[in-house]
Amino acid sequence: MIDPSWNKEGIKVTCQDPCNLVRKGLGDGVADDLRFVIKQVVGEENFVDMWPNKSNNYCCGGGGGYLQSGFVEKRRAFGRIKFDQIQATDADIVVTPCHNCRSQITDIGQVYGGKYQAVHLWSLIVKAMVRKSTATPL
Amino acid sequence: MSQPIVIGKRKSRFKELAQAAIPGGGNLDLCLTCSSCVNGCPASGISDMDPRKFLRMVLLGLDEEVLQTPWIWWCSMCQRCKRACPMGVDIGALVFMARQQWSRENTPKGIQKSCDLHLEFGNSTGIRREDWVSLCADLVEETRQQEEDWKDLPAPMDKKGAAYYLNQNAKEPTVEPEEMIPLWKILHEVGIDWTYSSEQWDAVNYCMFSGDDRDWEAVVRRQSEIVDDLGCKTLINTE
Repeated sequence: MIDPSWNKEGIKVTCQDPCNLVRKGLGDGVADDLRFVIKQVVGEENFVDMWPNKSNNYCCGGGGGYLQSGFVEKRRAFGRIKFDQIQATDADIVVTPCHNCRSQITDIGQVYGGKYQAVHLWSLIVKAMVRKSTATPL
Repeated sequence: MSQPIVIGKRKSRFKELAQAAIPGGGNLDLCLTCSSCVNGCPASGISDMDPRKFLRMVLLGLDEEVLQTPWIWWCSMCQRCKRACPMGVDIGALVFMARQQWSRENTPKGIQKSCDLHLEFGNSTGIRREDWVSLCADLVEETRQQEEDWKDLPAPMDKKGAAYYLNQNAKEPTVEPEEMIPLWKILHEVGIDWTYSSEQWDAVNYCMFSGDDRDWEAVVRRQSEIVDDLGCKTLINTE
C-alpha cells in the first residue's frame, strides 16, 4: 500500500525522463507510468513537470559515456539546459530513475548552485510504502 | 559565432560507410538544413560544432575533420535531434559510427577502462566477486538487525530458479551501497522472487559507448548466459 501523507509539508517533486528509457526506449507510455507512480507516492498536487518533457525532454548530459569520458567542462556546459529546466520548476526533489542521470543532475546542481536533491525512484517509493504485515507507515 | 566550413581536395569514404551501416538505408541525404536538430541539442555550440554542421561535413566528404573531432564524445547520442528532425535523420547513429572509427588507444580512457573492467570482472567498476557477495550479505544483515519491520528481508545471491534476475548499476555498491536497500524492500513487499548473480551483475554497459561492437556484444551475451544458467524467466534492468 502507498500512503503519500509523509509529504505533509508539500515538498515539490519533478522527474527526469532518461533518454534510454523514454525517447530511445519504451516511449511516452513509460513516462506516463513514471509520473503516475510519483504522484501516488508524493501526492498529486506536489508533482510539477519540467518543460519540455517525456520524449521531448532534454538529455541531462550524463549518458553516452559522458560521466566516464573525462570531459568534465563539456559535460557541465551540456547540462546547463537541464539545470535551467529544473530551476524553472522550483522543485525540491528531482526523481532520476537512471543512475547516470542522478550523478549528472546532482553534479550540475552543485556546480550551478541548485537547491534541489536528485533521488532514486525506489528511495521515494519506500518513503510512502506501508507494509501489509504491519499496516503502519515505515 | 559558428565558422564556415572550408573544403579542400579530398577523397571521402565515411559517408558511404555510414549509409551502409545506419538502419533505414542511411537517410543522411534527406537533411533539409532546417536546423531543428541544432535548436534542440544541448551539445550545439560546444566547441564550434552542432548536429547539422556535423552532418553537413559528412555529406561534403570531410572525412578527416569528421573522424578527428572530439565533439562525437561531447554528443551523448540522446537522439533528440532525430526526434526533432522532420525527415528522421539519425545523427546519433552517425556519431556512433564515427566513434567506431576511433582506435581503442584514442577512445576516452575512462570509457575504455569501464568497458575493460566489465569484461574482466563482470562489472564496470572492477569490484571483485567476493567483495560484491559479502557487501550484499553485510548490508542485508545490518538492515535485519537494525530495523524491526525488516527482520525477514532477503537479498538472494545466485538463487537458481528465481523468477527475476536483478542487476544493479555498479556505482551503487561502489559509492552508495545503502541505496540498494530500498529496492530490496520494495521487491520483497510485493512478493517478487528475485536474485543477483555473483558473477555478472552490472546494469550498465560502457562498451556500448566506446564504439566496439564485439565488446558490447560480449557483455550482453555473458549476462544473458548467466540469466539462463540461473533459470530466471525475466531480467530486471535497474539502470
